[in-house]
Amino acid sequence: MFPIIATAQLGPGVKQFEITAPRIARKQLAGQFVILRLDENGERIPLTIKGSDPSRGTITLVVQAVGKTTAQMSGLEAGDAILDVVGPLGKPSEVERYGTVIVIGGGVGTAIALPTATALRDAGNRVFSILGARTKDLLILENEVRAVSDQLFVMTDDGSYGHQGLVTDKLRQLIQLPIDFVLAIGPVPMMRAVADVTRERKIKTVVSLNSIMVDGTGMCGGCRVHADGDTKFACIDGPEFDAHTVDFQVLAQRNAMYRAQEQEAFAKWKEQHA
Amino acid sequence: MPNTIPNKERIKLPRQHMPERDALTRARNFEEVNLGFDPALANVEALRCLACAKPSCTRGCPVQVDVKQFVARIIEGDYLGAAAVIRRDNALPAITGRVCPQEEQCEGDCLIVKSKKDSVAIGHLERFVADYERATGKVGIPEIAPPTGKRVAIVGSGPAGLSAAGDLVQKGHAVRVFEALHELGGVLVYGIPEFRLPKEIVRQEVDVLRKMGVEFETNVVVGKTVTLDELLGEEGYDAIFVATGAGLPQFLGVPGEHLNGVYSANEFLTRINLMRAYRFPEYDQPVYDCRDKDVVVIGGGNTAMDAVRTALRLGARRAMLVYRRGEEEMPARREEIKHAKEEGVELCMLTNPIEMIGDQRGWLTGIRCVKMELGEPGADGRRRPVAVPGSEHVIEASLAVVAVGTSANPLIQSTAPDLKTNRKNYIEADPETMRTSKKGVFAGGDIVTGSATVILAMGAGRKAARAIDQYLRE
Ligand SMILES: Cc1cc2nc3c(=O)[nH]c(=O)nc-3n(C[C@H](O)[C@H](O)[C@H](O)COP(=O)(O)OP(=O)(O)OC[C@H]3O[C@@H](n4cnc5c(N)ncnc54)[C@H](O)[C@@H]3O)c2cc1C
Ligand code: FES
Repeated sequence: MFPIIATAQLGPGVKQFEITAPRIARKQLAGQFVILRLDENGERIPLTIKGSDPSRGTITLVVQAVGKTTAQMSGLEAGDAILDVVGPLGKPSEVERYGTVIVIGGGVGTAIALPTATALRDAGNRVFSILGARTKDLLILENEVRAVSDQLFVMTDDGSYGHQGLVTDKLRQLIQLPIDFVLAIGPVPMMRAVADVTRERKIKTVVSLNSIMVDGTGMCGGCRVHADGDTKFACIDGPEFDAHTVDFQVLAQRNAMYRAQEQEAFAKWKEQHA
Repeated sequence: MPNTIPNKERIKLPRQHMPERDALTRARNFEEVNLGFDPALANVEALRCLACAKPSCTRGCPVQVDVKQFVARIIEGDYLGAAAVIRRDNALPAITGRVCPQEEQCEGDCLIVKSKKDSVAIGHLERFVADYERATGKVGIPEIAPPTGKRVAIVGSGPAGLSAAGDLVQKGHAVRVFEALHELGGVLVYGIPEFRLPKEIVRQEVDVLRKMGVEFETNVVVGKTVTLDELLGEEGYDAIFVATGAGLPQFLGVPGEHLNGVYSANEFLTRINLMRAYRFPEYDQPVYDCRDKDVVVIGGGNTAMDAVRTALRLGARRAMLVYRRGEEEMPARREEIKHAKEEGVELCMLTNPIEMIGDQRGWLTGIRCVKMELGEPGADGRRRPVAVPGSEHVIEASLAVVAVGTSANPLIQSTAPDLKTNRKNYIEADPETMRTSKKGVFAGGDIVTGSATVILAMGAGRKAARAIDQYLRE
């Protein structure tokens, strides 16, 4: 059992958990994830680790309630516990001193991008960050990202905060400057759009792929993606890949594999918890 | 009571049939297919043993179980004694009695086969005594030697890891097993389905080990959560046994394998067995809804048989097995092939997939295949299948499961550069001492041999336990 020791609501439907997991806390590096199972009947789902505190033996996860398991998890509070948490899985982000970098976070992708943004800043890079959200209320972790950025730009679809527009609108402006590296983490269409923008200018761009996973150790191949000109397992070869080699079409298609079952399970859960 | 039937009469006794669930009923549920011998059947079957002076069955067994002795105990009605004889060499008889390829091992070498008769049903007898022992609740907990003060870490809880754990704890060493998944048993729980090996049996074996003092820690991926060096260093282990199996699934490398509805056998079986997706939505993990769908499984081994029979049980309309050689060449256990055919699995032999075809939304609709014929023997001595020109055809299916083998899981090796591996990334270990190139680290089971069998993995675990014990006393 992995006890939850603190929670915080970051935005509507977005919740942060601090969980006791000393082994994972000791080893976690930016870009890595865990797989967890809430209870005996639970499914295994991957969640990227936002950060860890080895001295307290805790890791921090950010969860958006988009389906049955994430909604169920969002109902947990300090004092509750999670049955299984395994990690840290996946390769850590490749952090180098690139020069000037842009970090783009969309939705909860922001929580995943934050540790790598911090590592990039600590490695001596100049960090521009772009955060995107549909509307002001859905923006998360703005202050934490600002604290590790030389400059932060906020884009909202409806213009309710920051600038109105997409993250790629701001990206197009920024790449008029010499940019050495781009990290983009968020919904698949956003990452695909970012890759399209930076491809023309041959700016090295990395994305973190949220493919469907089961074991997270390379055993099932369910997480396979097309990247680097080959079939890769996101859980052991990734989750970060060169954005310009990723087949986002295949990613989006495979992520839709269980949509009908996911909707069924979520509807049933909502009915029981109405 | 000794067997008084003369040998030439014994040979005339027919092999006793394993009672089974009705084929068409069982093909729709996950209950165990074989029901097991009762004492009467076991006794008759045991009487068929010729009690050879030099038993070839024992020589055919990878761990040299004393078959003649345990069969003699059955004839005497001493079933617990028979179980004790098996346990001297085989720590998991209820499991191996169900899943060993006996026809290639003990039973294949049974002298009766030479007289063109059916061998003694050694596997069924082994299962009988092991189940009898479990049912009496008298699974003997062996004596544990006084503590040696030494600590051994075991990585992986498959048959290799479990059997090493049992032997090492008996010798008085403190043993802790680290497992990446949330459940213990390796392939026995995530791969082999309930209808062939009830998970309860694996759980009981693990409980016996717990009672003997073995500690288990799940959710630890060695190489990620903790490294070998950390286990030997700050965590204070004196030796490590790496038994991580051959977990990495291979795909065919044909176009269209990324389509929705194409699984590796590992993923398909893990969703069903480990995650119980066949009981969705009671259990949260989903799996492709096979009801009234046509399913193709590609491969000819036990994994392929398990996948195709699982698809039937999930309600598939047609469950087809596509294999590029012939039925004779299939590496699966003969009993599985027989059961699968009875249940309605269609065998498409000498057929090789060359492309997965999908619709516009990216879902599988069919598999383009070619017919094959067997040509000259290849390097492995097996006749190589070659494509028949102009034989292309499409098998319609909305689910395909690829079961064409696995390779070494790289997680440990990638964080332990001083652990020598071969060309295919399997760990190199001395076949006798099980030592690897890294001091204090031993390895065995599928991670050394490539995918093999439960009994070989178990045998490797026992050998490693002896070698580690010796190392710790040096
Ligand atoms: C579907 C299927 C059916 C089969 N049917 C039969 C059969 O009928 N008869 C037969 O004899 N054989 C059969 N086999 C083969 C047999 O199961 C294997 O040969 C045997 O299980 C190998 O045992 P092992 O202990 O080496 O590894 P495994 O059983 O593979 O166990 C390895 C364990 O190590 C864990 N692990 C891996 N990496 C790490 C890590 N880094 N840290 C911690 N833990 C780790 C894994 O999660 C796993 O639990 C079958 C195999 C499959 C897949
Ligand atoms: S999640 Fe199973 S191999 Fe990646």
